[in-house]
Amino acid sequence: MTDLVRINELTRYFEMGKGKRVHAVDKVSFAIGEREIVGLVGESGSGKSTLGKTMLGLHDKTSGTVSYRGETLPAHYSSRDFQRFSRKMQMIFQDPYSSLNPRMTVGEIIAEGLLLHGLATQSAARDKAAHWLERVGLNADHMSRYPHEFSGGQRQRIGIARALILDPEFVVCDEPISALDVSVQAQVVNLLNELKQSLGLTMLFIAHDLSMVRYVSDRMAVMYLGSLVEIGPVNDVYFNPLHPYTQILIASNPEPDPDTERARLSTPITGEIPSPVNVPEGCRFASRCPKVMDVCRQKTPLLLQPVQSEGRLVACHLY
Amino acid sequence: MTTKLLEVKDLQVEFDTYGGIVKAVRGVDFAVQAGKTLAIVGESGCGKSVTVQAMMGLIPMPPGRIMGGSARLRGTDILGRKMIEGREVRGAEIGMIFQDPMSSLNPTMTIGDQIAEPLQVHRGYGQKKAYARAIELLGLVRIPEAARRATQYPFEFSGGMLQRAMIAMAISCNPTILIADEPTTALDVTIQAQILDLLKSLQAETGMAIILITHDLGVVARMADEVAVMYAGKIVEFGTTDDVFYRPSHPYTLGLKQAMPTNHRDAVQKLMPIEGSPPDMFSPPVGCAYAARCPHAMTVCEARQPPAFAVTVQHYSCCWLQHSQVPHKAAGIFYGGGHD
Repeated sequence: MTDLVRINELTRYFEMGKGKRVHAVDKVSFAIGEREIVGLVGESGSGKSTLGKTMLGLHDKTSGTVSYRGETLPAHYSSRDFQRFSRKMQMIFQDPYSSLNPRMTVGEIIAEGLLLHGLATQSAARDKAAHWLERVGLNADHMSRYPHEFSGGQRQRIGIARALILDPEFVVCDEPISALDVSVQAQVVNLLNELKQSLGLTMLFIAHDLSMVRYVSDRMAVMYLGSLVEIGPVNDVYFNPLHPYTQILIASNPEPDPDTERARLSTPITGEIPSPVNVPEGCRFASRCPKVMDVCRQKTPLLLQPVQSEGRLVACHLY
Repeated sequence: MTTKLLEVKDLQVEFDTYGGIVKAVRGVDFAVQAGKTLAIVGESGCGKSVTVQAMMGLIPMPPGRIMGGSARLRGTDILGRKMIEGREVRGAEIGMIFQDPMSSLNPTMTIGDQIAEPLQVHRGYGQKKAYARAIELLGLVRIPEAARRATQYPFEFSGGMLQRAMIAMAISCNPTILIADEPTTALDVTIQAQILDLLKSLQAETGMAIILITHDLGVVARMADEVAVMYAGKIVEFGTTDDVFYRPSHPYTLGLKQAMPTNHRDAVQKLMPIEGSPPDMFSPPVGCAYAARCPHAMTVCEARQPPAFAVTVQHYSCCWLQHSQVPHKAAGIFYGGGHD
């Protein structure tokens, strides 16, 4: 499998003034192969969304690089860069309510990308938008309606149509289902899966629902406080987590199965994710880690492959 | 023999809106046993929050209206009443925690003062005594450095800590029932696990009953003794947690289960979404509200409301499939022994 997207020590800080800076994404490196889905999990504030947005140029890069098909993307996107790259790299947003312009009709929303990129005439764009509405399971007659006339699940389909009409190769899905009800989540996930198959998409699937990520992805990446702590094939990571944080995250994930839940021990973690402002040296998880050692507070662990663990990388001094 | 602490019968609530009358709760029956946890599960708009808000007297009237039914706490109807047996219902007999702790607490009062308030209002504690108890309660919900934290304001607390403070406030008057309306939906999974553990251990210590409202079947499996599944303003299935998870008797319950990924290592699972969307509650269907989305719908389902069929003694399902004269058996649906 060749890499489609590769990020290398990608870093994004937000300056808060007075010498404070938020370490939203800190030296994250990984690659996504062609037609692969990488699921990115972590708690709120761990930097998942910032990573996704920085990869697409929606945030400037503080340092590090993103390359796409071997070409290094600019640290700061000019409008010409957006013209060039956003055709091939698109995003589906979390909140289907705030991510659609309430003053535009659904037809206009979906067709806008085609027109901005000069890929179609007005009438051709309309036809294509109608086609895409049907493709995501809505009715072509809905073209002239406004977003408020649709339910959350339907709006998310509109967001998917808007992203995919440009025929992108790489899509960042930022929590595309977390605002939806269970029965509708499955509809949207199955739609994404089907489109992935038919269009050959490569995706970064950001979510906090571990079970859904396991279901959707080929590999799972775990972030904590701006850094990548573990990455590997999805079932290996889920059933044999190596990093103590991943272990706790998976042990906290409630299963819809009473027997499993009754057998579960109480949660082995206390405390909450610390502030990402001016993060100290050493492992970020050291303050909450049940297996913490002296070295963890002094040296930042590197993301390395543990012995006999093909395809996996863990940032922990235990391995 | 189980003791019914709270018994809700035929509760009906509707709201006047510009678009017409929304029939949010259309005849709900359930019982809560002392010291046990009942989970009410359902998707947004199914009426699960309105059901408990009606019991707590939290429905704004107008536009809301309680059209009928009763909710008896130890035999006394609490609907529309503030006091029973000389005790206030809201805050004293029944405590409540909400989904969003940030917007449910007063941003201009310290955490300690807010927790002390119900003790002063319901218990007639003096300010000092109430505040001292508030610090004890913060310790009880495992907030470190309780005395210092009590002087802080909500914005200085994280989401998980705020939810702990909310729990401290809700249990301050030793309620017999704690209603938790989506208590962990806004929280991260590791924090959720901590809060659920806390609720469980508080229940063991105090013996209170918990009514847990959630849409997350994982949380239900972890917490509940009994489960009520709601759809479009009605309870469609009721039973013990094992009954509902391992012997689902209503197609909606089965549909919810099949729409969620599980994590059995070997299971090759295909998610089966429930197609369509819930009915319009301005004019709910005459028959079963789920019929339009149900893979097993029959003619009778659209014409007549299904009654509650007993599957076993404590397990019932409002589905015509459970009728003894239905010849075929639907795959995945559990049938009661009495009807074979």
